[in-house]
Amino acid sequence: MIARRVLIFALALLAVGCTGEQAALNPAGAQAGRITSLWWLICWTCVVVYVLTIGAIVIGVVRKRRRADEPDAPAPPTTRPDPAREHRARIIVAAAVGVTVVILFVFMFSDFTAGRALASLAGDKSALTIKITGHQWWWEARYEDSTTSNTFTTANEIHIPVGRTIEFQLESADVIHSFWVPRLHGKKDMIPGHSTRTYLKADKPGVYYGQCAEFCGHQHANMRLVIIAQPHEEFESWRTAQIRPAGEPPFDNLKRGRDVFLKNSCVMCHTIRGTTAGGRLGPDLTHVGSRKLLASNIIPNKPGHLAGWILDPQKIKPGVRMPQNALDPHDLRALLEFLESLK
Amino acid sequence: MLRLSACLLILASVTLVASCKREERTFRVEPPYVSGVEKISVTNLFAGGAPATQPATSNEYEENAYALTEGKRLYGFMNCNGCHANGGGGMGPALMDDKWIYGDQPGQVFASIIQGRPNGMPSFATKLPDHQAWQLAAYVRSMSGLVKSDAAPGRSDHMQSRKAENSTEPESPKQSRPPQ
Repeated sequence: MIARRVLIFALALLAVGCTGEQAALNPAGAQAGRITSLWWLICWTCVVVYVLTIGAIVIGVVRKRRRADEPDAPAPPTTRPDPAREHRARIIVAAAVGVTVVILFVFMFSDFTAGRALASLAGDKSALTIKITGHQWWWEARYEDSTTSNTFTTANEIHIPVGRTIEFQLESADVIHSFWVPRLHGKKDMIPGHSTRTYLKADKPGVYYGQCAEFCGHQHANMRLVIIAQPHEEFESWRTAQIRPAGEPPFDNLKRGRDVFLKNSCVMCHTIRGTTAGGRLGPDLTHVGSRKLLASNIIPNKPGHLAGWILDPQKIKPGVRMPQNALDPHDLRALLEFLESLK
Repeated sequence: MLRLSACLLILASVTLVASCKREERTFRVEPPYVSGVEKISVTNLFAGGAPATQPATSNEYEENAYALTEGKRLYGFMNCNGCHANGGGGMGPALMDDKWIYGDQPGQVFASIIQGRPNGMPSFATKLPDHQAWQLAAYVRSMSGLVKSDAAPGRSDHMQSRKAENSTEPESPKQSRPPQ
């Protein structure tokens, strides 16, 4: 009974692994598709080989035992083997070795072609370049542009246009991280002091979750990123909005919120373009109000969650670099309104 | 024989407990801020002849390896090295020598960070939570070998520009005059 339950549970787990928003077997881009087909090819081949091998062993054991059970069992084999039998065995072993070699060559060839296909986007001249810097424990995204004033920085929520090649330049500010959006591409390590690159393309609009794939400290498991693939026009309007610096707040309460931000420890680590805040240690907050999630995509971007995060981030993500903050309730309220107004 | 092994066992557990304290990581602090920095004096001269309050002479972070390395990280994050370099000084005074202009006691170092000092040291009041200023103060004292060497940082994340804090010979602090 228990065994059956365990089996059902394991099968359910397996099935969950094949679908879902962060599953490598549910590809949403040509490259993840290549990786998935390679994976299935290897998986099914191994399943067949496994079944055949185990089957042969079972047959061998059963046949041997049946022969031993018979009353007039033949005498145990002599030291001199039967030549016909030896010949048969030699053919079987040779055939098995031959098949293994062929399978390995098939694997090698398909691995090679998959690798070529994955790398084929590398030369794309029209690629959009996004520089991703891994920090403990969040993602900095800098959208490069040939016009310097069109370059901007955001964090954790990365928008990309559908159907266009994206070149991700990967760097790390502290320890080794690994950039992984399973539905779009495989993993790529981010190494301190060394720039690596990965290219991908999303085939259809959607929200694709990713995760740091290299253990990087206390909050490694909560270092999530989200890629939002949008049609070209939507992406361009998002980009235009992101390039704009924060304007002068129109209301007194928002002005107060901005002053709270500038007078407290927020300003030491965060940037809000258009104000004097230019810290580079934490995420750029110029358009924090437009993001859907907070704290590296683990809590929703709602005023209550934001308040909890500002006052006691160590409760939500123990060990995170952001310290607790003690704020006057009215100041906090103004700060929340100001941050949420940064669309 | 039994007594000897019991003694060894007790010794081992005491060492174990002590080493736990060295490694203890406290992420949440209660309360996040405490005030009172305005009562710390940084001079030996007192009106009426006696000090109102003595500056804190101990800082529990000085015995904690995690807090000291956090202090070291903050030293770079808060751009202390912009003026004090890696302890050798530049625009600001050296921190790895034996001279202290505004006092060498943990409370006095803390007050210098929070209040700021003339000739360029900015005040970090409200910009740095108190516990982080204490971590920073602990690290600053480790630069001249004033904290226990078994807790002080042993290496840098970047190129090592000086002897590691845990192998720095303790300096004997002395009062220095502010730069003229």
